[in-house]
Amino acid sequence: MNDPMKELIDDPSSENPLNQPSEHSRRKFLFKVALLLNGAVGAVLAVPVLGYLFGPFFKRNASYNNWVSVGTLDEFPPGETRLGKYRNPMGTPADGQTRTLPCWVRHIAGNQFQVFAINCAHMDCPVHWFPQSKLFMCPCHGGVYYQDGAVAAGPPPRGLYEYKYKIVGNQLLIWAGELPTLSTEASVARPGCASCQG
Amino acid sequence: MKEKGLALYRWLDRRLGFAKPVTEAAEHPIPANSASWWYVFGSAASVILMLQVVTGILLALVYTPTARDAWNSLNFLNHGLTLGWFLRALHGWGSDFMIAIVLIHMAQVFLFGAYKFPRELTWIVGVFLLLLTLGMAFTGQVLRFDQDAYWGLGIGASIMGRVPWIGAWLVHFMLGGPIIGATTFSRFFALHVFIIPGILIALVGVHVWMVLRLGINEWPMPGRLVRRSTYIQEYEAQTHQDGVPFVPDAAWKDVMFSAAILLAIMACAIFFGPIGPSGPPDPTIIQTAPKPDVAFLWIYAIFALAPPALETPLLLIAPIAVICVMLGLPLYAGEGEKHWSRRPVAVLMVCAIAVSLAILTSLGENPPWSPVMNAWSADPVQPKYLKGRTPLERRGAVVFQQMQCRNCHSLDGIGGKRGPELNRVATQMTESQLIRQVLQGSGNMPAYGSALSPQETTALVGFLDTLNGNQMPARDLARPLAEGAPLAQPRQSGKQ
Repeated sequence: MNDPMKELIDDPSSENPLNQPSEHSRRKFLFKVALLLNGAVGAVLAVPVLGYLFGPFFKRNASYNNWVSVGTLDEFPPGETRLGKYRNPMGTPADGQTRTLPCWVRHIAGNQFQVFAINCAHMDCPVHWFPQSKLFMCPCHGGVYYQDGAVAAGPPPRGLYEYKYKIVGNQLLIWAGELPTLSTEASVARPGCASCQG
Repeated sequence: MKEKGLALYRWLDRRLGFAKPVTEAAEHPIPANSASWWYVFGSAASVILMLQVVTGILLALVYTPTARDAWNSLNFLNHGLTLGWFLRALHGWGSDFMIAIVLIHMAQVFLFGAYKFPRELTWIVGVFLLLLTLGMAFTGQVLRFDQDAYWGLGIGASIMGRVPWIGAWLVHFMLGGPIIGATTFSRFFALHVFIIPGILIALVGVHVWMVLRLGINEWPMPGRLVRRSTYIQEYEAQTHQDGVPFVPDAAWKDVMFSAAILLAIMACAIFFGPIGPSGPPDPTIIQTAPKPDVAFLWIYAIFALAPPALETPLLLIAPIAVICVMLGLPLYAGEGEKHWSRRPVAVLMVCAIAVSLAILTSLGENPPWSPVMNAWSADPVQPKYLKGRTPLERRGAVVFQQMQCRNCHSLDGIGGKRGPELNRVATQMTESQLIRQVLQGSGNMPAYGSALSPQETTALVGFLDTLNGNQMPARDLARPLAEGAPLAQPRQSGKQ
């Protein structure tokens, strides 16, 4: 076992004088051609493999989202904030329980709503609504938000993510389908924005 | 019979040819002082890896790897199948032991200077093995597809989302789509079962191969420096002069220690049982406080304790910097002193890192920064704070509970630890300061101005003003003067 260690010291005399084929032989040439051909085939094969792996992620953000219902208007009485649930528009039965997602629906008055993502802007943990103190609190690192989604305390770098919404008939629809993070924010930046409605 | 067995052995070995190289590898000489109890951690880690592979395959016989059914199949393993719980417990505790042993192994190799020439690459491969081990732990936690796993994925995605420019792309790549679902699960299953173990086993092979090829590190001696030009001759001389065969002189300790570790894993599995699963992975059940597994609690603690402005740089740069330092260590310090007694900085670093990790982990175990979400309804104000109080002050105690103050503030240690304990708040703040703090908030406290009516505010502050721990309450010196009262008289509201 100790002999190979000698190779670690740079010693040109330890080179193995193998009986090599002459510099330019037919078998060497053919071997190089075969290697080149194999490399080319490999490169061609890599295209669909990489396409399979990364292709789905070059889509525009908007195409992930869809209008989905969070329930009927009477489920969200004016002046209150309640938990809404919606189905992932891209979901499949294989998603199981993860297919239905929660969000916080704040009915301000009339046709004015705010629909917040459940995810804290800090680390995406689920925030809880406390109607008495009118605060959202996050159980993970202590992020707190006011009823309009603005940061009240703790580490979150921004207010709660908000979904665009519209009212169709008796249904409250939101523009959702993507997990909100700091670079995949839900659609609305300003609270109570009038242009967001339908 | 013995003859027949021997004949079979010869028949096989003539074809396989394993006997010679295996015997040579087993009996290769090592420095006598390397046959030490300090050198048993690497072999123990490989034995745990074997345990993980075997228990993992056995679990895969029953586990249903889909987002829809994984949680149910884990519960079936726990409750519906003979000894299914034990296999799950072995795999779960094996993972915790694996991380612990790998870390101890790494600290030992670092303190003994074993990463120096010619074993630099062995260390570098070892760093990747540590990262892969942590990768197995994280993906394994995801496969325990429960509430913590679901929200843990969200935390992972939110970290990816902080990367500038390619954040959105990374989130989608990690989740296998725009949102956590079936494809996310399949992705982590493939990582945990095929990709990471494949690389891990291959690199363990390389790691062990290099240990055999380069020889096990000799016991370091203070003052015996490593030099590239002379080390190999010195090492060879040492192994030839007073070398001992690895098997059995050193190996008996490895085997003994591995047996002890396996017994310890079995004991934990029997006494503490399988780890999880917690609640079902239903995101609409939000009554949960997601927490990562033990191995990642220290990261969870850093997220809470780091100043928010430093968070993103810390998250994105620190891990890469730490990995680069670990990879570069043997290239930078490949020669010189090996003995810990002459490397005080190295010893100090190991101690500092170990203590920091221990403190952060224990904080993460019982996080003081998280609000206690049910304290307002579960932890009542203690009777002693209500005795002899006026109706207004008692009403204030009700407001104190109702407004979730308890979620962040404790009384006598009961309640949230996010904000300061309020037993003696009246000795620290005057009435007007309390009013201002409650209404406007500041620092880490939300403003309650819009949530409290004037009457509620008066009652709440009246109650807070009684919390003086039998000491002189804080006073506003200017106020009695302004009200024309004598200065020496203490405020009447200070009781208890």
